[in-house]
This record gives sequence, structure tokens and C-alpha cells, in this order.
Amino acid sequence: MTETTDLSLFARPSGEGTLGMDLAIEGIACGACIGRIEGAVKRLPGVTEARLNFTNRRLHVDWTDGALTPAQILQTLEEAGYHGYPFAPLRAEAEAAAEARRLTRCLAVAGFAAMNIMLLSVSVWAGNASDITPETRDFFHWASALIALPAAAYAGRPFFASALQALRAGALNMDVPISLGVILALGLSVAETANHAKDAYYDSAIMLLFFLLVGRALDHAMRRKTRAVAGNLAALKADTAHRFAGDELVSVPIAALRTGDRVLVKPGERVPADGSVLGGVSEIDESLITGETARRKVAAGATVYAGSLNYSGALTLRVTAADRATVLDEIERLLERAAGAKSRAMRLADRAARFYAPMVHLTAAATFAGWWLAGASLHDAVVAAITVLIITCPCALALAIPAVQVVASGALFRAGVILNAGDAIERLGEADTVVFDKTGTLTLPEPRVVNADAIAADLLQMAARLALSSRHPLAQALAREAAGHVPYDSATERPGQGMRAMIDGVEARLGSAEFCGVARIGAQRNVSQIYFAHGERAAVIAIGQKLRSDAVETVAALCARGLTLHILSGDRAGAVRPVAEALGITKWLADVRPAEKIAFIEALKRQGHRVLMVGDGLNDAPSLAAAQVSLSPIAAADVTQAQADAVFLGERLRPVLDAVTVARRARALMTENLWFAAVYNVIAVPVAIVGWVTPLIAALAMSGSSMMVTLNALRGGKAA
Amino acid sequence: MNVLVYLIPMALGLGLIGLLAFLWALRSGQYSDVDGAALRVLQDDDIEK
Repeated sequence: MTETTDLSLFARPSGEGTLGMDLAIEGIACGACIGRIEGAVKRLPGVTEARLNFTNRRLHVDWTDGALTPAQILQTLEEAGYHGYPFAPLRAEAEAAAEARRLTRCLAVAGFAAMNIMLLSVSVWAGNASDITPETRDFFHWASALIALPAAAYAGRPFFASALQALRAGALNMDVPISLGVILALGLSVAETANHAKDAYYDSAIMLLFFLLVGRALDHAMRRKTRAVAGNLAALKADTAHRFAGDELVSVPIAALRTGDRVLVKPGERVPADGSVLGGVSEIDESLITGETARRKVAAGATVYAGSLNYSGALTLRVTAADRATVLDEIERLLERAAGAKSRAMRLADRAARFYAPMVHLTAAATFAGWWLAGASLHDAVVAAITVLIITCPCALALAIPAVQVVASGALFRAGVILNAGDAIERLGEADTVVFDKTGTLTLPEPRVVNADAIAADLLQMAARLALSSRHPLAQALAREAAGHVPYDSATERPGQGMRAMIDGVEARLGSAEFCGVARIGAQRNVSQIYFAHGERAAVIAIGQKLRSDAVETVAALCARGLTLHILSGDRAGAVRPVAEALGITKWLADVRPAEKIAFIEALKRQGHRVLMVGDGLNDAPSLAAAQVSLSPIAAADVTQAQADAVFLGERLRPVLDAVTVARRARALMTENLWFAAVYNVIAVPVAIVGWVTPLIAALAMSGSSMMVTLNALRGGKAA
Repeated sequence: MNVLVYLIPMALGLGLIGLLAFLWALRSGQYSDVDGAALRVLQDDDIEK
């Protein structure tokens, strides 16, 4: 049966008679790849445009409708040595890109205006100290107003809009004092200019906008980058399903499956969507869903869940729920409840703003009242109150957290941790308790050979090379030991029994004990056995869950940092105990249902602990949402990954440690920066209240404090 | 100081040209792949051999 590939889901009209598609590309190493990839794709007949974005590792291709199929593009990339994974860009990404452009435009306008106004302001300050004529000064001030007013109207929109929104909702956010400060400073300056005064605050107002926009643009750029990387990872993970079209099999992306489709699941593949079995008999591994490592037998009529691994036989399914990753009802209910609890946690910046915004307004009002009661003129009292607003405007506060986040997320990215949520860093930095899932988190997601030391190296190599030719999951686990080798040409498979091949003139067999003609040994707990025979020599290869290679050191290091560790597993006690003992974790629970996991985490939270949950299974998704902060390995179930605050790459557990280290340092820096901003205000506000702040002092104070917090943030960039 | 009356607008005009050039570059997508742009300059596939 030949199989065709249908990728039409990803092709969208991109212009007059052309179709376009976006692909995430794997394997890009250097600049030369750009030319190779674009060159290869452009040589295809019908391709009108191929452009590789090196920053986010994506290729956009346009072609004339009907000239070629998307599968040909993948084929071409494959031949050039790269894997391409088509994906449909999310609407959220397009919106984020538009928002980024809007912020950059505002930043450019504010930067231009700030530079030019400062040029005029410095002349006025110098002139005030020497011999500027009032006419020239007024001319300079009016020229500044001409630049500042339109620039503020344009570049200030992100703040004005957000402040208005907050006021409508009857709340105060950081943007309210910012907007008020900018508008009042500009209004005061125009009034002062009309009165031929010596000082005006155009430069302060615009510089304020510029620094705040820098903070906002940095924050946004970080979120956008992590989202793009997460999007690529999702595309890389997306598998294809084999759908029946009449009697033919068509390979389609899982996203194209519809309820009622008939699909074939071959041995060694994951079930693409929830469904009921129409035909075939097999064993499936549901560890990604329940954490249980023992396999379940399924036959016609059984219900199987997306993400289960099919072991021994091909299954035909009817898809029962295709539109989204399927979730057991119980888990969905728990998820909803847990997600509600999380949104109540407040971000550090918001906490600071809630305290700060009313303080600023009160201080300004008190300044005005104080001067007014002390008998100052209305004009002088207003000027003093407005300078308080200008000087307290949270330049440093607005940069204090985004600058650290940008630097820390870069450090995390280099350590192989990709953030889903921007404020995860500060929550991660607070964690004092780590709750691990076992299967797929402390252990590797796929089974491995666990008794490699007990087998002669050359025998294991032969068995592994022979296993390369089979798709059976146990054989695939064994084949991982054959790194860098090629399969034997003479290998043949007898379905359900094993593999055979001639190696060095002697027959080798791999499979069940009977097939290999070897005496069966008693079953061991927690492992599956494959037998291998080469002539007279024989070996029993045990396949099972294996700890991540650096799990022991990582767990020890986490303990050394004062974190309390727990294991909560849905697996049997017999499977959990050896893992806990090997790692030296004394607090472990087995056979835990998802609801019990949540209850356990809630209990820890009530005792005042801040919980980091690390898990990968579908059964962990609700507890990831319930914990203060959560991590998932990249091999996790999709629903689970969507709940995690960050995803870590690779086969090692080390990124968990790095994430905690970087986040703790980042949190310390954020707190330092907030304290710095507070100290700055303690010094600057009295100066403003007594009315000594000139535009020059305001300019120095604002840029000085902003520089300080930014430089301090850069200290967080060292590798973990 | 009458010279300021046309020198300042000239200075602002030059700055404005720079701003417009940046906005044009942003709109035409020249900032969408900053890392790639640094590497593309080294490609020599546009040289006819």
C-alpha cells in the first residue's frame, strides 16, 4: 500500500494565484545554511519566493498554485540536509508582531524628539547661565513645544490607552501617574513658555516617554521571542497521522484530523487522537497520560487516548475527538479549577505599582496643598506639585523588572529553558519546594537498555544494530545504543516474534526467548526483556525506565540549595521506590491520582511553601497549573506543556537546576532594582517638594537612575 | 542671532529625514531578521562567475 502525503492544511493563499507556507527548520547551524536552503527551494519550478528568517529559524515559501505540492518542498529540504516542519502561524503571533512594530515606531519618534529637544534645552541651560536673550529663549521653547507636543501625542499612546483602560475599570496602574506626569509637564511647559519663563520641562516629559518605551519594548521583545521559539518547538513535535481515504492511506498532519476519520496507528507510533479501536490487537503504553508504566492490552471496542504509545500490533481507530488534544474529563475539570487559582497570583511589578501609584498622587497633592497653605502663589504651588510628579515618574521602576527579565530569559535560553510565561522568572526564584513527577521527568521519556554493563560490548552492539531494522518500541529502545551504526542489510523481521540476520557468517536472532532458542529466565520487575543470540553466545537485554543521566547530581545540587524535594507518581510503589532510593529523595508517594496530586500541592501551599512542580504527563497538567510555578520537559504531552511556565530541552535534568539558579539571581536583582528605585525617590522627592528641581536636575536624575538599574540588570546574564 | 531662524529648522529637518528613513526601514521588514541580515552580507551567490 503506497502512502501519499497531504499537507494542504498548511498552504494558504498568499497573493494572486500563489500559495504560501511557513516552515520551522531544524538543523540550521551557520550563515551558509541561509544560501543553501533558499537556493535549493528556489530551484524548484513554480517557487516564486523563499525567504529564511535566521532569527526565528523559519522559512516562508510562496509558489504558483498547482505548480508543486508542499510535500515536494519538504523533500527538497530533506535532500539539502534539513528537516522542515510546516505549521500554521498563530493569530497571536501576528498580533504580537504588529504590537512590536507599533512600540518600535513610538520608540523611534520619542528618541528623535528627545534628542532634538535636549539639543535646544542644553542651549537654554547654557544661555541661562550666561547671556541668552529672552526672545531667543522663547524661540527655543516654542521650537521644543513644536516637537514635543506631536511626539508625545504619538509616542505616548501605549501609556494613555492603558491608563484610560485602568481608570474606566476604577483601578490605578503604573500608567496613570506616567500619563498624568507627561500631560501635566507638557501643559505646565506650554503655560510657562507663554509667560516667558526661564524653565520648561519639555525634555523631561519626552525623555520619560523614551525610557519607559525602552522598558516596554524590551519586555515585549522577550515575550515575542520566547513565543516564537515555543511555536517552533510545537511544530517540530507535531506528528503526522495515517488517515484512510477509501482504501488508500494518506499521511496528514494531526491538526487536519476530523472526528469520524479512520486512522491507522502502526507499532511504535503514538496515538494521534482519542478514538475507539475498530480493528487490531495491541498493547499500549499510557505512561504519558497516567504515569503508569505497565502496558494495557487493547482490542476492538477499546477506547485509546492521544499520546499513548502503540507497542505490538497495528490498530485501526475511529477518531472520536479530534479538534483538540484530548483530555480526560476528570483532568479537564481539575485544570479549570487550578488555572483559576493561578491567575490570582500577582506579579512583582503590579504589586509595586499598586503601592506606588497612590503614593505618587498623594505626595503631589500634599505638595500642592502644603505650598498653597504656606502662602505661596497658585503658580508656584502648581509648579512644585508637577515637578514632584515628573521626578517620581517611575523610569527606574519601569525598567527595573523588564531589564532583568530580558537578561535572565537570555541566560535561561542558553541553559536550554524556554519560558512560556514572562513572569515565571520571579515565581521560580521564590520556589522552596520541588515536586517531581517520576515517569518521563526524573526518568528519560523513552525506555532504555538498563543492564548495558552486564552484557559484552560487542554483543550489545550487534543486537542494537539488528534492532535498527525494527519499529517495535522495545527494539527502538535497544537501537538507541547503536549510535552511528547502520542496520544490517540481511535483517528480516518476523512480526510478533523477532528479527534475524546473518552477522559474520553466523545467524543472529533478536526477540522472544523461543524465537532465539534461549532458555527463558524469570520475569523481573519494572523491565521488559529481549533475548539475543549470536551462534553460541546469548544475552538477555533488559529494557526499562532509566534515570536521566545527571539526575543524581542535579537532585543533590537542588538539595544543597535548600530546596525540599518530593516525588509524586501515578506509577506503582514498586516502580517508584528504586528511583527515590537512587536519588536519595525520602519524600515520595506512589499511585497518586491527579486530584490527590493537587490536594498534596495545595496542602504544601497552605503550609506556606512555594511549590515548583516538574512534570510531563497528562495526569500532571492540573498539578502544574496548581503549583506556583511549573516546568515541563520538551517530550511532555501537549496539554501539559501548555500549562507549564517553562519548558526545558534535552535529555538531562540539569536545566531544572540552572533555571532555579538563574531565577533566584534574577529575583535578587529585581528586588535590588526596586530598592534602588525606592532610595532614589527618597532622595529626589524631598528635593522636588521644596522646589529645587530644575529641568537639568530632573534630566540627570531620570537618566542616571535608569542607567543604574539597566547596568545592574546586566549582571544577571552570566551563565548559570 | 537671526541665523537660528533657519538653522534650527534645517537641523530638525535633517533629524526628521533620519526618523522617516528608520520608519521606512521598519515598515519594509528590514528589522524582522536582524541576526540573518548580519550573515547575508557574507553571501557571494550574487557574484557572476
